[in-house]
Amino acid sequence: MDTMDFIIGKYNYWVYIVLMMIGFYAMIAKNNFVKKLVGMNIFQTAIILYYISIASKKGGATIPIIKEGLDKAHQYLNPLPHVLMLTAIVVMVSTFGVAVAILIMLYRRYGTLEEDEIMAIIKMEKQK
Amino acid sequence: MKEQAPILIVAIPLLMAFLNIPFGLFKRTLSYPITVITTFLCVYFSYLIADTVVNNGNISYRLGGWEPPWGIEYAIDHLNAYMLIIVSIVSFIVAIYSKNSIEKEIAKEKTVYFYTIYLLLVTGLLGIVVTGDLFNLFVFLEIASLAGYALVAIGEDRAPLATFNYIVMGTIGACFYLLGVGYLYIVTGSLNITDLTKLLPPLYHSKVVLVAFAFFVVGVAIKIALFPLHTWLPDAYTHAPSTVSAFVAATMTKVGAYAMIRVMFTVFEPSFTLEALPTTEILGWVASAAMMFGCIMALAQDDLKRMLAYILVAEVGYIVMGVSVGNKEGFIGSVLHILNDSFMMVSLFLVAGAIMYKEGHRNIKKFANLHKKMPVTMGCFVIAAISMVGVPPTAGFFSKWYLILGAINAQKWFFVAFLLLSSLMVAVAFFKIIQNTFFHPSESHHKHEEPIRDEVPSGMLLPIFVMSVSLLLIGFLSGQIIDLLIQHAVPKGF
Repeated sequence: MDTMDFIIGKYNYWVYIVLMMIGFYAMIAKNNFVKKLVGMNIFQTAIILYYISIASKKGGATIPIIKEGLDKAHQYLNPLPHVLMLTAIVVMVSTFGVAVAILIMLYRRYGTLEEDEIMAIIKMEKQK
Repeated sequence: MKEQAPILIVAIPLLMAFLNIPFGLFKRTLSYPITVITTFLCVYFSYLIADTVVNNGNISYRLGGWEPPWGIEYAIDHLNAYMLIIVSIVSFIVAIYSKNSIEKEIAKEKTVYFYTIYLLLVTGLLGIVVTGDLFNLFVFLEIASLAGYALVAIGEDRAPLATFNYIVMGTIGACFYLLGVGYLYIVTGSLNITDLTKLLPPLYHSKVVLVAFAFFVVGVAIKIALFPLHTWLPDAYTHAPSTVSAFVAATMTKVGAYAMIRVMFTVFEPSFTLEALPTTEILGWVASAAMMFGCIMALAQDDLKRMLAYILVAEVGYIVMGVSVGNKEGFIGSVLHILNDSFMMVSLFLVAGAIMYKEGHRNIKKFANLHKKMPVTMGCFVIAAISMVGVPPTAGFFSKWYLILGAINAQKWFFVAFLLLSSLMVAVAFFKIIQNTFFHPSESHHKHEEPIRDEVPSGMLLPIFVMSVSLLLIGFLSGQIIDLLIQHAVPKGF
């Protein structure tokens, strides 16, 4: 029973870990650079999910906009992790943008985005 | 003005980075003076800040007037002031150097954007140093890294591929750092470094804190390219434009090392870092491996910039080693080595850039008689090289001396042996180049075709010369530097 509680009661954290590992796996194991980039994005998104999870509170806490009758801190969600994640999303998007720009450069130069094919081209050019 | 210096040192390069685009599009030649003036202002402000810190004690600057635990605080102590001076001086010197080198290596229409990104990188690096807020540090870390990716990518043919690997690795590092911040936030509810120092001690037994610490160390270790997480560095720094390699090699890893020291000894107490986990033990061995690996790989390279990049991997090992032995001498050695290594790396990479500028290659085997062609440049190279080896009275000797003292005091004899051995290998690596250049055997056969003296333009020569002379100066003044700044930065637990 305890283990079930441990798994189901904290499912959001489990999802975050699973997502993160999927992203990690894609970054390490995939041969295609776009897939690596998607993996990187999943990895970053997992962290956002984690931050959003820590902001939530049990017992019907609501969004942090002051309402009549709600004057205790525990009745509101913690807004800070959300704000932090807004910044992190900006960082994420710009990283993605720079990475895509570099993939375009790579594609123009080599005509492919498969890692092994690019490596083969480089090796061939070295021998010439 | 003086009270506002902590914010101005970040705000001015950020603002100028954006103003640079309209000015540059109006007249392309304006970008260079804008960058030089901006970085000079950074030097001036860092001097003001250091002056205040030395005379009046630590600075706590409140952004928007909010009280520290809630608002973002810019907290500056001796270590920050010291790092600010290093970063701003290096950025100023490299900015002066950049003009000719960039004209040769980068397409004309890209120079405006190059300087914009350069200023953004300066902003990021100064921001990391100046901030007293863990999340703010992450944001600046990413500003610096993103600017770094873009700058590396405009380099040679192979640069984009190297950059992509750099992006993937760098993002993993930054994400681990962010997770560390998140874990600390769960248990303490605070992001302010000074606040965390007070809140954390009762929670040291908590597993969450241990995990946070592990994430911090691994995340920053990727950013500073600590062996075995260094794989992105040699490729990226070899194929970047010479100016960029010089700046990034000298500052990025050093600022990362600063972040590591900050997390290990300010956010967490030294007693926790040294005793709760075998972190320092592991870091010490990893650093030894980095020194050995970096030097061995450096010996095998023909490309000067690639060799320097591998030596940088070894130098990161030195810095981490000094921190890991956990005593005063080791810490002083580490912090002093941050300064020395960043100045040595700048001089060496600038020389590599100068050789690229004149010769169009940087293959060590083709260096024969280069000293007749470029006597001043090669003279400066020799000074920087012997400083890297650690010959007194150059700067490199003093930091290595303290590092070895630290290892002896901690009775880690293996580390002493590794330090000496890797210094020896650095010596071999550099003497190989010096021999190839000065004592090349073919000299006697071709005496009739004496090479003509052909130095790089003075805009490139002067920065190289200044950096090399400063290596001697730092060597002579290292006692004063330690007295004035570094000894105040040593954490209390040591």
